[in-house]
Formats: sequence, C-alpha cells, structure tokens
Amino acid sequence: MTTPLLKIEHLTMRFGGLVAVNDLSFDVRKGEITALIGPNGAGKTTVFNCITGFYKPTEGRLGLKHPDGKTYLLERLPDHHINWKARVARTFQNIRLFQGMTVLENLLVAQHNPLMLASGYSILGLLGSKSYLKSEKAALDKAVAWLERINLIDRADDPAGDLPYGDQRRLEIARAMCTDPVLLCLDEPAAGLNPRESLELNALLTSIRADGQTSLLLIEHDMSVVMAISDHVVVLDYGVKISDGAPEEVRNDPRVIAAYLGVDDDEVAAVEAEVGL
Amino acid sequence: MTDTTHSPSPDAFNLKQALKDAGFAGMVTFGLCVPIVAFRAEQDMANKLVLQQRWWMALVITGLVVVARFLFSLHQHSRRNEHGPQTSAGAAGVLALIKPYLAPLGFGFITIYPLMMLAMHGPGGSIKWIDNFGIQILIYVMLGWGLNIVVGLAGLLDLGYVAFYAVGAYSYALIATKVIPQTFPFLGVWAFWICLPISGLLAALWGILLGFPVLRLRGDYLAIVTLAFGEIIRLVLINWVDFSNGYAGLSSIPRPSFFGIPFNASDTGFAAVFGLEFSPIYRTIFLYYVILVLSLMTAYVTLKLRRLPVGRAWEALREDEIACRSLGINTTITKLTAFAIGAMFGGFAGCFFAARQGFISPESFVFLESAQILAIVVLGGMGSLFGVVVASIALVGGIEILRELDFLKEVFGPTFDPSQYRMLVFGVAMVLMMLWKPRGLISTRDPSVIYKERKAISGSMVQEGHG
Repeated sequence: MTTPLLKIEHLTMRFGGLVAVNDLSFDVRKGEITALIGPNGAGKTTVFNCITGFYKPTEGRLGLKHPDGKTYLLERLPDHHINWKARVARTFQNIRLFQGMTVLENLLVAQHNPLMLASGYSILGLLGSKSYLKSEKAALDKAVAWLERINLIDRADDPAGDLPYGDQRRLEIARAMCTDPVLLCLDEPAAGLNPRESLELNALLTSIRADGQTSLLLIEHDMSVVMAISDHVVVLDYGVKISDGAPEEVRNDPRVIAAYLGVDDDEVAAVEAEVGL
Repeated sequence: MTDTTHSPSPDAFNLKQALKDAGFAGMVTFGLCVPIVAFRAEQDMANKLVLQQRWWMALVITGLVVVARFLFSLHQHSRRNEHGPQTSAGAAGVLALIKPYLAPLGFGFITIYPLMMLAMHGPGGSIKWIDNFGIQILIYVMLGWGLNIVVGLAGLLDLGYVAFYAVGAYSYALIATKVIPQTFPFLGVWAFWICLPISGLLAALWGILLGFPVLRLRGDYLAIVTLAFGEIIRLVLINWVDFSNGYAGLSSIPRPSFFGIPFNASDTGFAAVFGLEFSPIYRTIFLYYVILVLSLMTAYVTLKLRRLPVGRAWEALREDEIACRSLGINTTITKLTAFAIGAMFGGFAGCFFAARQGFISPESFVFLESAQILAIVVLGGMGSLFGVVVASIALVGGIEILRELDFLKEVFGPTFDPSQYRMLVFGVAMVLMMLWKPRGLISTRDPSVIYKERKAISGSMVQEGHG
C-alpha cells in the first residue's frame, strides 16, 4: 500500500509578492489517509485549491496516477475536468451545499456528468428514453445508499440548509463521494463538530478508506481526528514542509512542536506534558 | 416583516402611532402631489400654456393614501395578534385542497376562452377580448417562462431579454418578406411555419454569442452588460437602415396560414374552404391557439428540463457556483445552455409577435419591455411557472383593463385617460409585493426529485443567484 497516488513535486504558489506555498513536495499514497496540518495561514488550503483546480500553481507538477495506469497532470486540466476526468473530489472549509435543494437533489447534482451523458445531453432525456430512466434510477439508488450510510435517509426530502451542522458536513462528504473519486480532499471536516459527531466522522472516513476505491487527503486542526485515523501526516509552516511521516514520528518532531507551540526546544517536554500530547 | 421590531406578545392597537403613520404618509403624498397633480400646464386653443390648478384632485389622492396607510396598520396589527403559523397552515390547507383541480380547471378555461368570448360578445366584439387580453397575456406568459429559465432557474440576471424577442421578430419579418418571395415563392403561405424554428434557433445562437463574453461577469456587472446588449440590438435595428428599414420598421409581414390555407376572403381562403362567412375573427382565434400551444410547449420543456441533469445543474449554479465547479460541472456550458434555451423561447415569441402584428419596428423592443418581462418573473416568484401566469394576468391584463375603464371619465372629466396610468399598475403591484410577498407570489421551490414525500422548500432557503 505504498504506491503514490498523487505526487506533488516542487509546488509553488505566489500571489504577487506573497509566497503562499514554497517548493512543496510530498506524496499521497494509495489507500491511505494523508493529513495536511499546520498552523493558521501555513498554506494548507492553497495546496488544496491547487490540487482541485481552483488555483493554477505558479510552479510545480501535480501528477495523479490512476489505478488503471493513466496519469493526469492536475495543473494542466481545466477545473471541471479535475473532478470528472481525474476524479479528485473535495469538500470546503465553510460548507458549500446547495442549501435550497433537497438532500437527495444534492447527491444527484454530484452525478451530473454521467447523467448528462446518459440523457444524451438532455435530448434523450427530453424524449424520455428507457436507457436514461435506467441511469436515473441507478443514480437515485446510489444517492439513497449514501444517505443510508450517513444516516440521513429520513431527511432525504428536506432542504440541505435545514440540516444541523454536523449532518451538513457528512452530506458534503457523501456528495463528493457520489462523484466516484480516487482522491477525496477534505478541508477541515471536523471543524465545528462535537466529540460524538467527530467520532462518527472518523468512522465514516475509515470506512471510505476500507472500501479501497478512494484515498483521502485532509486538512485538519483537530488532532484527535488526525492522530486517530491518518496513516501519514505532512506538516506545513509558512508554505514550507517542516515534517513528513507517520503520525507518531510527526508528533515527536521538535520542529512541529515548535511551529505549533512556539517554544524553545528544551522547553518542549514540559509543554508537551502540560497539553497532554 | 416589521414584526421583529415589536414585542411578540399580543399588543394593544396603537391608535396614536397608526394615525401618526397615516398622517406622515399623507404629508409625503401631498408634497409629491403639489408639483405633479395640483398644477398642470395645458395648451389652450391658441397653443398657449395655461396653468390649471387641481387642488381637489391632490386632496383626494392624499386622502386615499391616508386611509390606505391606516388600514394597513390595522391589518398589520390583526396579523400580529393572530397565531401566524396556524392561519398560514389553514390557507395552505385550502390551497392544497383546491390544488389538484387548479391545473385542469385553468387549462380548461384557457382552452375554451376564445369560444366563450365569441359566444358572449359576437364575432365583432370578441376580437378585442381574444387579442388584447388572451393573446397579449399569453405572449408575456411565454416570455416570462423563457426568461424564468435564465433568471429563475440559473440565477443569471438578464436585463436585455427583449433583444432575443427582437431577433426572433426580425428573423421572421426579414426572411418572410425578403428571402422567401425571392427564392421560394411557392412557400409563401408556409412562411410562418418555416420561420418559427429558424427564429428560435437564431435567437438561441445570439444567446450563445452574447453568453460567451458575458458569462465571466457576475451579478450587477452581468445585468448591466445584458442591458447594454439589448440596447445595442435595438440601436443596430434603428441605424442599419438597409437591413432593417430603421425607425420605419418592416410592414406587410405575412400572417400565419392555417397550415397552408391563408386567412383571407379569397376562394381558397380559410372561410371559403370551410364553408364559413369571412370574418377576421377566425385568424384571431387561430393565433390564440398558436400562442397557447407555443406557451404550453415552453412550460412542458421547462418542467421536463428541471427534472433532467441540466436543469438540476442550473439550479445548483444558482445555489453555489463554486460547489458546482468542485463537482465537475462545466459552469460555462451550463450557463450558456440556460441563456440559449431562454433566448430560443424569446425568439419563438418574437416570431409569433411579428406574425400577429404584421408590422414591427424597433419601438416594440425598448428596455421597458425587458423590464416588464423581468417584473413578471420577479413578481411571480423566481422559478415558479404558475407564479409567472398570475403575474402576467395581473400586470398585462391590468394594463389592458385600464383601457376599458371609460366610466372613470365621468368621474374625473372627459380629458382623463386611464391608460396613461399604466405605470401605476407596476408601481402598485411592486409595492404590494414588497409588503406581502417579498419573494414573489409563489415563493416556495418544488423539489425536482422526491424520495418519499413532496415537501415544498421555503423561499428563504433558496438562493437568488448572483450571476
């Protein structure tokens, strides 16, 4: 399980004079949960936006190797192809659901591209062709299966904006998963969740990993989530990678502790004991 | 509305406050009426301007506003003291009860409407009712439904929709008067039926041409550029005299035939072929059914598309464009399809308009038309087909009915022309909407797909789109 799925090489993103990400290289390995952590403003979301096509990187290469051997260079794809062709899905730090549409509709919008093909770019769909109705049924089944998995089936016909915060987070993950991604990028999925919801989220994410189709890359501040579920942690500070390895190694890396807690190396042990790390 | 600023408990009616509000409204009205209503300059026989004073009229209007404002305060008060949710649930219950019958009843009514008018007013008197009310309202219903795709579903504010109406009308007028007689004269009687799809396609093409550069803009910027596009089309039509005959417009545009049989008094005309006495009413009735079928087609396609992936993508785009991009939806193509399909229906309506009038000029495609269509969509409730129908009847029918209010001349004197007050209909409709239905007449959204139970989505949840 150590084949790299996404190879990020020398990624640099400059906004005018500001270097948000500087010469960053790391791998997201297949079948693993990779966590990208770092203090506020370290450039984590910028890395995400480069991977998911919202920014075009100033320099660097983002090579995504599919299980079938095909390689996509994400920095060269138009933004809608990143999800549709390269199969990279994402969620957002501030939830972006289609609030006025029902929970079920949200999951159907996620299957837009395959359904669009099945509906013959709407022409077959307008004529009510059998093959389209069949694909629509399949799309509905898939949406229902995901709603059952995230325990939201009872609210399928409610507007997404009516759901409690934790449910909206899970729905956004399910919506991203409905696009059949090989790589799922989660931007602070545990933000604003209570401890119970946070545990449910951990279970959902590990079950997605267990399915074997999707690898995960997540940005997270909640260390209980990061340490519990991730296989591999990358630490950013001021746009530069300062640590990269298994959770255990990273946790004990003095540079990480210094970046987070801002103390001298010789005081680390004391502070560590205090915060219970 | 204003409830939040008051205490939620049932409060005593504040007479003093209500009178104060009414007095203030009266003062504002009177202030406005002094220059606009109380003084009026009129030409006398010698073409001299004579200042007339109409203080009584200003006072009547002021009085009306004072009373209306006071009644409104009373109404607000009684509404506060009722248990709001219960009454609205009751109203919703009544609505739910009649809802299943509403569509067939309405459909039945619009189908037999021209025959009903014919029976009531005879062949001579019914033309006005079928043409001015029936056809005119249906044209705006169709335009409203077309624009609804762009504004209501995709959330793209288009202030230049009349441009596509103009493209449709001029396509038909030019092809039918210039191209067909020179190339295929034998197709003359079929001109309308051949040009109808061509006009729609040309309008859709112009929708795409406009869409490409414009769709990078959002919100207010998009609105301004579409407004400019509407004006550009009109100015080109005015100034490119060789092409469009400028201000003079195009006349003697062929009228639609009854599938090859013209509506005229000749031996091969409609009346002779069917053994009827010649009368212009047959054409009017036929035109009514043509626009009825065209509008119903618009509604059918819109309803179908809403349940297809493209329709869901339009609504998703209105809700959150960034989320759409993250789900692999090509937002440019999606916006363009909304523009093109909306424009296509505008083009069909334009083609029909040219065929019905027999004469078109750039005067028919001014910004006010765009504003009126947009007002219909907004008043109806964005995205709601039924709302557009109600709003068209209220606005277009309201304007037409003003022409019928001749008895007002006896009240206000023989120089009073009620149809000059048509802008008042807009004003009143918009003010009433602000007070009672800030999200339009039908403010709930109907889900495009259901799992178990159909639940209407409250308008407060639905985004309005921002370009």
